[in-house]
Amino acid sequence: MDAILIQILNGLDKGSAYALIALGLTLIFGTLGVVNFAHGALFMIGAFCAVTLQKILTISVTTIDPERTDFLGNPLKVKTPYVENWFGPEIGAAIVDWAVPLAILLAIPVMVLVGFVMERGLIKHFYKRPHADQILVTFGLAIVLQEIIKYFYGANPIPTPAPQAFTGSLDIGVWLGFDPYSIIYPYWRLVYFFFAGIIIAGVFAFLQFTTFGMVVRAGMADRETVGLLGIDIDRRFTLMFGLAAAVAGLAGVMYTPILSPNYHMGMDFLVLSFVVVVVGGMGSLPGAVLAGFLLGILQSFASMNEVKSLLPGIDQIIIYLVAIVILLTRPRGLMGRRGVMEE
Amino acid sequence: MLGLERKDTLLLIVVAAITLFAPIILNPFPAGSALAQFNAGYPDLMQRFVIFGIFAIGFNILFGLTGYLSFGHAAFLGIGSYSAVWMFKLLSMNVIPAIILSIVMAGLFALVIGFVSLRRSGIYFSILTLAFAQMSYNLAYSVLTPVTNGETGLQLTLSDPRILDGASTGGLPVTSLFGAEMRDTTTLFVGPWSWDFSVGYYFSAALMLVAFYLSVRIFRSPFGMMLRAVKSNQQRMNYTGLNTRPYTLAAFVISGMYAGLAGGLLAAMDPLAGADRMQWTASGEVVLMTILGGAGTLIGPVLGAGFIKYFENIFSKINDGILHQWFAFMPDGLENVMVAVIHPFIGKGWHLTLGIMFMLVVIFLPGGLVEGAQRTGRLFRRRDRNADHVESDAARQRAAAE
Repeated sequence: MDAILIQILNGLDKGSAYALIALGLTLIFGTLGVVNFAHGALFMIGAFCAVTLQKILTISVTTIDPERTDFLGNPLKVKTPYVENWFGPEIGAAIVDWAVPLAILLAIPVMVLVGFVMERGLIKHFYKRPHADQILVTFGLAIVLQEIIKYFYGANPIPTPAPQAFTGSLDIGVWLGFDPYSIIYPYWRLVYFFFAGIIIAGVFAFLQFTTFGMVVRAGMADRETVGLLGIDIDRRFTLMFGLAAAVAGLAGVMYTPILSPNYHMGMDFLVLSFVVVVVGGMGSLPGAVLAGFLLGILQSFASMNEVKSLLPGIDQIIIYLVAIVILLTRPRGLMGRRGVMEE
Repeated sequence: MLGLERKDTLLLIVVAAITLFAPIILNPFPAGSALAQFNAGYPDLMQRFVIFGIFAIGFNILFGLTGYLSFGHAAFLGIGSYSAVWMFKLLSMNVIPAIILSIVMAGLFALVIGFVSLRRSGIYFSILTLAFAQMSYNLAYSVLTPVTNGETGLQLTLSDPRILDGASTGGLPVTSLFGAEMRDTTTLFVGPWSWDFSVGYYFSAALMLVAFYLSVRIFRSPFGMMLRAVKSNQQRMNYTGLNTRPYTLAAFVISGMYAGLAGGLLAAMDPLAGADRMQWTASGEVVLMTILGGAGTLIGPVLGAGFIKYFENIFSKINDGILHQWFAFMPDGLENVMVAVIHPFIGKGWHLTLGIMFMLVVIFLPGGLVEGAQRTGRLFRRRDRNADHVESDAARQRAAAE
C-alpha cells in the first residue's frame, strides 16, 4: 500500500509540470487554433527568469576586510550582495534565499510580454496557413529561443536551490499510520503540486466565472458569431496567448529547484507535453490536466522495480505506448470535443 | 533517356556531373590560403552531403508528396546503422550485404510503424511517429543494450565472428567494397590546389544518384500522382471509392527504406552506431533539410541537406580570430563592434543562424531555396521583358518622330 502511495506522490510533481504545460498548449490551440511547438521554450524561459533573478540578487560588492587575511596573507576580500547592504544582512540573505518564489513576480510580466510579442509578431501571420507550417515556424522559433538562452547562460545546468525552509523532506507515512520513513516526500515537490493546483484552479475559475472568460469560451466555441456580436475577439485571444505563456513560465520558475535549468529542458518537456495534449484530447482543458497527472503517475508506477522486472524497459516507453493505444482506440483522446482537429 | 522526360534527364545529368566533380567543385580555394577553411571537399563532409541527401530525398517522398509530416524518421536511420554494423560484425566487412540488410530492416520497421501511424493524419500522425521514434530511442538506450550496446554505441571488436572474412589479424578490419577500402583516398595536387577522391564518397554518391533517379521516377509516375492527390484532398479521394491507405503506406515504407539506406551508408563509412542517431532532434533535422531546400521539389531536399551539413561543419569552425582577420581593414573600434555583433551567430552559435534562416524560409519562402531560386529567375526574366518593352516603345517613338 505504502509503495503504491509513494509512486502516486512521485508522479505528482512531474504530472503537475506536464499538466501546466499541456494546459497552456491547449489554451493556445483552443483559442487561436495554433499548434505551438515553441511552448516548451516558454517553459524554459520561465525557468531562466528564476536563474536571472537569482543572479541579479547575488550581484555583490567586493570590500577589503583589513582585519582578516586569506591564505596568502593578503587582506581578505569579502563579497556581500547589494541586497544585504541595502536591507541589512538578515533580510538580505532571506531575499536571496527566496529567489525562486520571488521570481514569480518577475516571470509574470516577462512571460506575458514574451507571449504578446510572439503572437502579434509572428503567430498572427500563420492563422490562415496549414498546421504543418505553424508547427514548422514555431519549431524554428523554439530553436532560436533556446540558442539565445544558451548564448547568454551557457550550456551547463545552473543549480537554483529552493528556499532553506523547503529543503527537507516530509514524512507523510507517519501521518497516515504507516511506519516512519516509509513514505518520504521532499517539501518542494509538495509545494510544486499545490502551486500547480492553484494555477490550474485559477485558470479554470478565470474562464468560468469572469465575463472575459465567458467571452473567450464563447469564442472558442464559435469565433465568427462572437465577432459578429461586435466583440473584438482577436484582442482577447492575444491576451489568452499571454496567459498561456505565463502559465508555462510559472511552471518553469517553480520547477527549477527540482531540475536545474538548462537550455534544452523546454524541448525535453515539449515532446511529452504534446503527447499529453493528444492523449487528453486536442482542445480540451480538463483533458489536458487529467492526462498530465495520469501520465506522470503512470510513468512513476512503471519505474517501480517490481514492474520493471516483469516488463523490462517499460518505464522508458510507457507514456508513448499509452499515447499510441489511446490515439488508435479513442481518436478524440480522453476528453476531446467533437470536430476539433479531426480528419 | 531512362524513361525520363527531357527536362528531368537534364536535371539528372547536371546532378550526376556535380556529384562526380564534387571533390573539385567543393574545393575552390587553394590549400593553405586564408579561405581554405571554406573548402568542403574533404571526404568526410562530402559523404555526409550525399548520405543526408539520400535521407532527405526519402523523407521528401513522404512529406513532399503526401503531406504527412513524420517527426520520427530518424528511427529508420538508426535501425539502418545498427543493422549494417551487425552485418559487419557477423558476416563480412563488405558493405553490400550490410546495406541490403539495413534497407530491408528499415523497410520492415517502416511497414509496422506506418501501418499503425497512418490510421491517423495531421498532427496525430506526427505525434504517433514521434512516439514510435522516441520509444525506439529509449529502448535502444536501455533494455536493448545487448543488441545496441546502449550508451557506448555499437562498435566492431576483434572477437567478432565475421564468418565470410575469417579471423582478422592485427587491427580492426575496415569496411570495403570487394577489396576497395571505403576510406581509401587519392589526393591529386594541381598547382596550389589539392583534391581528395575517396572510394567511400564515390560509392555513396553512386547510391545517391540511384536514389535520386528512383525518386524522379516516383514523382513522375501515376503512383506519385496518386500521392499528390492524397495531399491535395484525401477526403475527395475517399469519396471516389479509393482506399488511399495502401498508397500512403507504400510511400511511408519507401521513405523508410531510403532512411535505412542512409543509415547503412553512415555505418559503412564509419562502422559505429549510436542511439542518438534515432533521437527526435535527428528527425527534426531531416525536416529542416527538406523544408529549407524545398519540400515537394526534386532537387530541394538534396540542396537543403548539403546546405545544413555545410553550415554545420564550416560555419561552426569560424571563430573570433578569423572574424578579426576579415574586418581588419576597418578602423579598430568598428572592427570590434562588427566582431561582437557577428559573434553569437558563428562557431558554437551556428544553430542560432540555422534557426533564424529556417524561420525566414518558412515565413517568406514556403517553397524553400528552390522557390527562392525560381522567384529570382522570374524576376530577372520579367525585367528583361520590361526592358524589351521599353526599347521597342522607344524605337516606335523614334520612328514616329521621324
